[in-house]
Amino acid sequence: MLKLSEPIYNALRKHGEETYPHECCGVLLGRSVQNADNLDINTVEDAVRAGNTRTDAAHNRYHIAPQELIKIQRQGRERGLDIVGFYHSHPDHPAQWSKTDFEEAHWLGCSYVITAVANGVAQQTNSFLLTGTNEDDKSFEDETIQVEELVTGRC
Amino acid sequence: MKIFIPTPLRVYVDKQDAVQVEAGTVGQALNALTTQHPDLKKHLYSDEGKLRAFVNVYLNDEDVRYLPEKEATTVTDADSLSIIPSIAGGC
Repeated sequence: MLKLSEPIYNALRKHGEETYPHECCGVLLGRSVQNADNLDINTVEDAVRAGNTRTDAAHNRYHIAPQELIKIQRQGRERGLDIVGFYHSHPDHPAQWSKTDFEEAHWLGCSYVITAVANGVAQQTNSFLLTGTNEDDKSFEDETIQVEELVTGRC
Repeated sequence: MKIFIPTPLRVYVDKQDAVQVEAGTVGQALNALTTQHPDLKKHLYSDEGKLRAFVNVYLNDEDVRYLPEKEATTVTDADSLSIIPSIAGGC
């Protein structure tokens, strides 16, 4: 399960609208735990925007520079957060992982969030958990997204 | 020196986010890491013993593949290595 707040959920969807017709991408920082039923729960505390280095084919490819990942990982560490997932958009394409997404997915245990963007407007957002123990037995599993509303204090 | 471990590989290093090793070069540091934590080796290296294509190793902020001396580059205790699997895809 992927848990994130409504503002973070909205922000990653908006990112896809802003970069349309190109793919957006970013990193999800948070904490990963297993509940009593051995269900993996990735709780997102921040979604950090990243640049898409695939300027040659930004309409249907994304790649985050490792230097940027290291920087984001370092910033997360300073806040007590880990990389628990990634997000990107599929411009004019369904919110379903592609063969390329699968071949290029190596962060086992992390959530891969995909937002379909049609004509510049965010549509479906889905999350897929990369499960398995290595490159040979890895697979994407559909993952529930739980969007939590922020509870504001009352006087 | 410290070697930072990405989330998917921490299960092979007792769930630590970093491992401390004694080494004089990048290669020695990686060797010390996989000696301390043998289960990690197959996730970093192919059967031919080459670093897997999707595994990036950075010395501070430099990609080791592009350093003139690559894994023979000398290191000090003040340096850090980061192992960072690539992230890419597309529709």
